[in-house]
Amino acid sequence: MAATLVGCTGGGGGGGGGGAGASKENCSNEIQVQDVPVVTYWGWNEDTSQTVDNFNASHDDVQICWTNAGQGGDAYTKLATAIQSKSGAPDMVQIEYDWLNSFIMQRGLVDMTEHGIEEHKDRFTEGAWRDVSSGDGVFAVPVDLGPVGMWYRADLFEQHGIAVPTTWDEYAAAAQQLSDATGGETLIGNFAPNGQGQHYAFLDQAGAVPFDFDSGKPEELGIAVNDEASKKVFSYWVDLANKGLVGTDQAWTPEFNTALGTGRYATAIYPVWYNIHIPSFEDGDPNAVWRAAPIPQWDAASPKQVNWGGSTLAVTTQATDPELATTVAAELYEPEENKKLGVEVGGLFLADSEMIESEYFQNLEYDFYGGQQINKEVFGPAALAYEGVTFGPFTQYFYDEMQRVLSEAIEGNVDASGAADELQESLETYAAEQGFAVK
Amino acid sequence: MSTTQLSAPARPPVSRRRGASLERKSARFGWLFLAPFAVVFLVFLVLPLVYAFWMSLHTNTLAFGEQFAGLTNYIKAFSDERFLTGMLRVGAFAIVFVPLQIGLALIFALVLDDVRTRLSRFSRLLIFAPYAIPGVIGALMWGFLYSPSFGPLVGFFEFFNLPAPDLLSRDTIFASLTNIVTWQWTGYYMIIIYASLQSIDPSIYEAARIDGATKLQTALQIKVPIVASSLVLTIVFALIGTLQFFTEPQVLAPLAGNAIDAAYTPNLYAYNLAFSYQQFNYASAISFALGLLVFLASIIFLIATRKKSGLR
Repeated sequence: MAATLVGCTGGGGGGGGGGAGASKENCSNEIQVQDVPVVTYWGWNEDTSQTVDNFNASHDDVQICWTNAGQGGDAYTKLATAIQSKSGAPDMVQIEYDWLNSFIMQRGLVDMTEHGIEEHKDRFTEGAWRDVSSGDGVFAVPVDLGPVGMWYRADLFEQHGIAVPTTWDEYAAAAQQLSDATGGETLIGNFAPNGQGQHYAFLDQAGAVPFDFDSGKPEELGIAVNDEASKKVFSYWVDLANKGLVGTDQAWTPEFNTALGTGRYATAIYPVWYNIHIPSFEDGDPNAVWRAAPIPQWDAASPKQVNWGGSTLAVTTQATDPELATTVAAELYEPEENKKLGVEVGGLFLADSEMIESEYFQNLEYDFYGGQQINKEVFGPAALAYEGVTFGPFTQYFYDEMQRVLSEAIEGNVDASGAADELQESLETYAAEQGFAVK
Repeated sequence: MSTTQLSAPARPPVSRRRGASLERKSARFGWLFLAPFAVVFLVFLVLPLVYAFWMSLHTNTLAFGEQFAGLTNYIKAFSDERFLTGMLRVGAFAIVFVPLQIGLALIFALVLDDVRTRLSRFSRLLIFAPYAIPGVIGALMWGFLYSPSFGPLVGFFEFFNLPAPDLLSRDTIFASLTNIVTWQWTGYYMIIIYASLQSIDPSIYEAARIDGATKLQTALQIKVPIVASSLVLTIVFALIGTLQFFTEPQVLAPLAGNAIDAAYTPNLYAYNLAFSYQQFNYASAISFALGLLVFLASIIFLIATRKKSGLR
């Protein structure tokens, strides 16, 4: 499908050797126009090599020099090191939403409002735009989102005559029914202590606001992870785990993938991007029938949609020409052709309102999911309804500590409420050490 | 040696000046030969150390940037519960690892030294083989063997209808890590001890045999004292390696996230401080604090065994 769309634009895919004669060395792509400014770029999306080639072919005034510096954590480690050593960072870099504030605080990212980013605001969903904003500044261009839904084994629910849950109460009840019906062989899902962004989405959905933060006023940092809403979320999951109704595998491990693939778990509360993972589990049950449904709600009367993952394009403070880099960041996924590359080659759920609402995108049918139009039925509405969150300035520490206290709670060393209090205290201490005045 | 040859030529009457210049010349050549190493040593070891030390004397908070801080980071390190807990933990590892590894290595070496058949040569290779496997690969492999979902233990326990133990939980991780490290390093220490056993003059054994010593007596009262300096050397290696414990916990952390946290060992803590939390300054201080403790531990051990080892 994708090949026919992009086959005509020169270059094709391809990691090939260094960009011959480019002003910047070690590009994974070929620089197609010589002697024009070059913007260096670290990114990891599947479509990047084609998207960049497309961009370069259609520009004779600027070229992108792309390198894959690793995905997520690997790339962030390199970026943080480059920022610390004051050289070696690219002009433009792919960063996930929850990490932006960490890098802003390291003075690593450029405020794009100084370079006219706001004229692009209307292209993006409300939630995505809020996620790249901090105070009055805008520090990245949204690329894709991860609206969260519930992937579920339709066959298992049908086999045991259990209705697909739409609220968290129903989810807990279904968990009990499923466990009873199968003698504990099949659980409804998993609560990973290292859920990270997933937990952030859970907290957001319950109305918790873990961080109140404006990078322009770092002296006023609000932290609230032990309020009623947070404790409700932690208690809900720890309780299910303690009753043995959900597993507690770490996310991104062979354990979890195997459990999901072999039918140990009947649901996965994961974002739209998980659709490419589910078909690829090893030893997957060939008869599994996977479908997507909206994420269960706390209050069906006032549903709240949440996001987990997706990434942005930010411009670093080491950029040779921040203005130019900002323009490139804004325009990389602007042409229709590149959007489609993102969707079809990159598997991206673009944060682009027009794309989400387009007939083309809404009507995409996903073969593995029985031709379900998951964008129309589940993730499109979720992305458009997502309002955005505020992330904290020390994401990794927050995630590590959350994992620590949650695993303590799962092991029964502390109850969920005590774990939330411990997390609050730990974050406040850390924030004070880092020079933040905690509100 | 070459210096003496050069400065003492065949003709005796040599002016003092000429000899001195020759010596200078040879010293210059010495430096030239040393240069490749010296440059690498300076650029990749000494300079980074100096830079890291400089960093450890500063603070760089997310909110307020870089400031000179004197010894603040060190005071913080030595009152940092996570660092101290990690230090105690590697201390406990050292108490278990070192005697276990060196003890096993010594026993293997003594047995292999005494039994000389094709089987013993094959065993020697087998015992040494784990050391040839890169640490990361070894740890990954053990991670799969320990896996509560598809490790071999699962099948074994299922056969008896028992729940398989979780070897990656908080209670078991200590033993699991001990097993990996012992597996990996015993062979290496064995080879060192074995080599030094091989260099013992066989006539000593003959003398012992004539005096009526049993094999056990020969081993304990002749061989062990003679290889004492190698034993001390291997113990120092093992001690330093254990206090700097890093690779195995780092590799197992994603699988045993509940049991291995970011500060499980001091070295892991320093790594995570720098590369996960961007606290490069404090991480430098932690590294130096760890270095200091490792240095002290090694020195104390060397002094305590000075008499036995003959090392000075």
